[in-house]
Amino acid sequence: MSDTSTQPTGERTESIDRVIIRFAGDSGDGMQLTGDRFTSASAMFGNDLATLPDFPAEIRAPAGTIAGVSAFQVHISDHDITTPGDAPDVLVAMNPAALRSDLHRLKGNGSVILNIDAFTERNLDKAGYSSDPREDGSLDAYKVYEVPMTEMTKKAVEHLGVKPRDAERSKNFFALGLVSWMYTRPAEHTLEWIQQKFGKDQQVADANVAAFKAGHAFGETAELFDHAYSVKPAEKVPGTYTNITGNVALAWGLIAASQLADMPLFLGSYPITPASDILHELSKHKNFGVRTLQAEDEIAGVGSAIGAAYGGHLAITTTSGPGVALKGEAIGLAVSLELPLVVVDIQRGGPSTGLPTKTEASDLLMAMYGRHGESPMPIVAASTPAGCFDAAIEACRIALKYRTPVFLLSDGYLANGAEPWKLPDVESLPDISTTFATEANGTNDAGNPVHHPYERDPETLARSWALPGTPGLEHRIGGLEKADKTGNVSYDPGNHELMTHLRQAKLDGIAKDIPEAVLEGDADADLVVIGWGSTWGAISGGVDRVRAAGHSIARIHLTHLHPFPPNLGDLLSGFDRALVPELNLGQLSKVLRAEFLIDAKTVSKVRGLPFTAVEIEAAILDSLGVAQNGAAK
Amino acid sequence: MSDTTIPETSRKDWMSDQEVRWCPGCGDYSILAAVQLALPDMGVRREEVVFVSGIGCAARFPYYMNTYGMHSIHGRAPAIATGLAMARPDLHVFVVSGDGDALSIGGNHLIHALRRNVNLTILLFNNQIYGLTKGQYSPTSETGKVTKSTPFGSIEKPFNPVSVALGAEASFVARTHDMDRNHMMDTIKRAHDHQGASIVEIYQNCNVFNDGAFGQITAKSARDEMLIDLRHGEPILFGADRQRGVVLDGGGVRLAEVADVGMDAVLVHDETRPDPSIAFMLSRIATGPHEPTPVGVFRAVGRDEYGSRVNQQLAAAQEQRGPGNLHDLLRSGATWEVE
Repeated sequence: MSDTSTQPTGERTESIDRVIIRFAGDSGDGMQLTGDRFTSASAMFGNDLATLPDFPAEIRAPAGTIAGVSAFQVHISDHDITTPGDAPDVLVAMNPAALRSDLHRLKGNGSVILNIDAFTERNLDKAGYSSDPREDGSLDAYKVYEVPMTEMTKKAVEHLGVKPRDAERSKNFFALGLVSWMYTRPAEHTLEWIQQKFGKDQQVADANVAAFKAGHAFGETAELFDHAYSVKPAEKVPGTYTNITGNVALAWGLIAASQLADMPLFLGSYPITPASDILHELSKHKNFGVRTLQAEDEIAGVGSAIGAAYGGHLAITTTSGPGVALKGEAIGLAVSLELPLVVVDIQRGGPSTGLPTKTEASDLLMAMYGRHGESPMPIVAASTPAGCFDAAIEACRIALKYRTPVFLLSDGYLANGAEPWKLPDVESLPDISTTFATEANGTNDAGNPVHHPYERDPETLARSWALPGTPGLEHRIGGLEKADKTGNVSYDPGNHELMTHLRQAKLDGIAKDIPEAVLEGDADADLVVIGWGSTWGAISGGVDRVRAAGHSIARIHLTHLHPFPPNLGDLLSGFDRALVPELNLGQLSKVLRAEFLIDAKTVSKVRGLPFTAVEIEAAILDSLGVAQNGAAK
Repeated sequence: MSDTTIPETSRKDWMSDQEVRWCPGCGDYSILAAVQLALPDMGVRREEVVFVSGIGCAARFPYYMNTYGMHSIHGRAPAIATGLAMARPDLHVFVVSGDGDALSIGGNHLIHALRRNVNLTILLFNNQIYGLTKGQYSPTSETGKVTKSTPFGSIEKPFNPVSVALGAEASFVARTHDMDRNHMMDTIKRAHDHQGASIVEIYQNCNVFNDGAFGQITAKSARDEMLIDLRHGEPILFGADRQRGVVLDGGGVRLAEVADVGMDAVLVHDETRPDPSIAFMLSRIATGPHEPTPVGVFRAVGRDEYGSRVNQQLAAAQEQRGPGNLHDLLRSGATWEVE
């Protein structure tokens, strides 16, 4: 139990360098909102941060059950951090189910803040507790703060005339107020935001403000908490920052690409978790000339995008794994048509419906090989939430320059996770504009000038692209094999072989046009850690820990997965062994082994959650034959 | 474009240099000719015309047109054409499809293109059979049809494409057949002129796998008695002496001898009825192409065209907020400065 003997000293503030807080409650308790507000307040305060929203697929699983627990973990720090943290320091549990499902994550001697009003016999029963964990000793290892949040919230809003049922809904703001006090978050932004968000119903806004203030005041005056903590702002590169999630960064990256290419943006998409937010975001920005179609199905999403691409728009389709499976045939058509198209896959746990709201990065091989025939496609993978912006521009650049569909991989963790982003200078973004054919480039059998759509640029092997509406360049393209240059239907064996090789050569050639892979850490190490996508944060954290402990280790993180950076083979040849942490059963390592004949060992995690730095550290130490406490094994 | 007059063209200008490769005697030849003959009168430039198709015999159509075109994948042409028409409202986008392509694998895209009223001219070649895959029954094949995949006869009830289109509340629905070039040309021209999604079912003979499917109604000798020509504003009459007609009867429609019911009882065709119910009843008069069957325009109503509504929303957003500014967009959330 908590130590209640110390003085209630709101003035006493202890400075710490980082803290990981996990808000957990019922799906209906507003934990995502609470976590999001705490994050924003911290971002505005200048902390570095990383977040992990962790919520159930069901909008409302039965209240009070483990299945209905929705959590939001945020890691705030006064220095640069890369992951939402390993074990939380603080768990805010709004009910017994939240405590039961999330207590095991908590650090030993961590703090638990309980809403004791929810600890009724019925709720304990629903959570599967046979005895009250507050009384049976199972919380002895933790600092426990018992707070009657529901009752205090009700009292705080009583004077507003709010009905008791409605009053209870504000209890997440009580929790937010309390934790904001504990970690000395400035309150103004949150209070302002409450007015903005709930201003339409002034009573609700007032109730939330009252609950927030009551929570804050409770922290300050209650004897439960001996002192508050402060996490100082992180030292960051000077500039303007905003707090951004991966999906919004990706949507903005697409809008930026449209401007940089000077082509209107078209999105054909079908709602699917966790990709829908990109559709939502792009639908807002019609003043950028963005056209969005919520199609009748996944296939129409990509189909409409192919149609828009043919018309000269920068065409995008967004989805998650199940949607990619449905789009496969149409993506193959885009490979054959050699039209620019970006297929955004926000990966989630599979197979089938799998884990819609939980992250996994197990679509790499589907992106690489998931079409019939020899159907090569470039793949770009984002590494961080903010990095989704640059990855989107890069995917569009490759698509336009090489007239090819491109896979852009993100995942549920990047999509919903947030981090501070130093905003780029718009002027510094690359020009990715392309050119369209305006004049005939061939003659037909009758000797008349015509457009040959499969005449290629000798450098890039990109085909000539004439837009409908251009006089004299009328031509037909299609999914049947096309004759080299003319694009007419051809069943000629030699031509098919030639076209198959040309499509592959075009993809291979992209390697000359992408950044070289960068080796970080110790070039003379025996072991190199290779990662891709959202594992970047955990891998850099894990590698840093191992190096800080005096071990030699190198790492490479890949953004371009098809083709690989041109120097990757050379870099890898300098190491005896490679460790490949992946949120799948070893998809990249399979490709690396096939491509470079190296001894790549998989570190796999498929728990619907990202790696933690500690897990990566342990895997590396294990591979080095060192126990985690530093002793040789 | 500096030159605003549409150049005069003839059929030849609309023919591509590719050899037409349908089976000799296929109804597709006459449809191709009708389209190529009708286009010079449509007031369009070749470069502004796009034919999009899916898969099937009909889907080869774009290769034979000297316009822009895309031979895409099975059933998806309406979806691809939707994206193209949204992106490029300046284009005249045609969709060429068959009964399997449009009503089986692509049924979903068809009804949604019609529902949205995308500015497309959809030509549905209905031969009641899968031709390209060599003779399986299609979603419009009659019950009992014996094919390679239904050796004991099909036990399925066929779709009536006009009924399906009307059920989706298409704003323009018509039917024609491959044996009457002028009727095809007139119908297709009207479909093209319509703002929004128009669909024309074209009865088309597959002389290899389903020969004579429509012979009972489209043969010259049969037409007078078996084809009911729908004409807007006129009583719906047919027969060599226009002695038979369609009458409303107890919440439905039926065929009657004019002599029995009197001319006043004959239903006057109105394409523009907002409610598609009577058009739907007309589409149900014949249970198959062996009974008197209406052809012509069933329905032609004005409704907001999808692409122009999309553009209106874009224009309204730009008027309200000004053209998008990337620098401002990136700073549209809460921001802070690090010195």
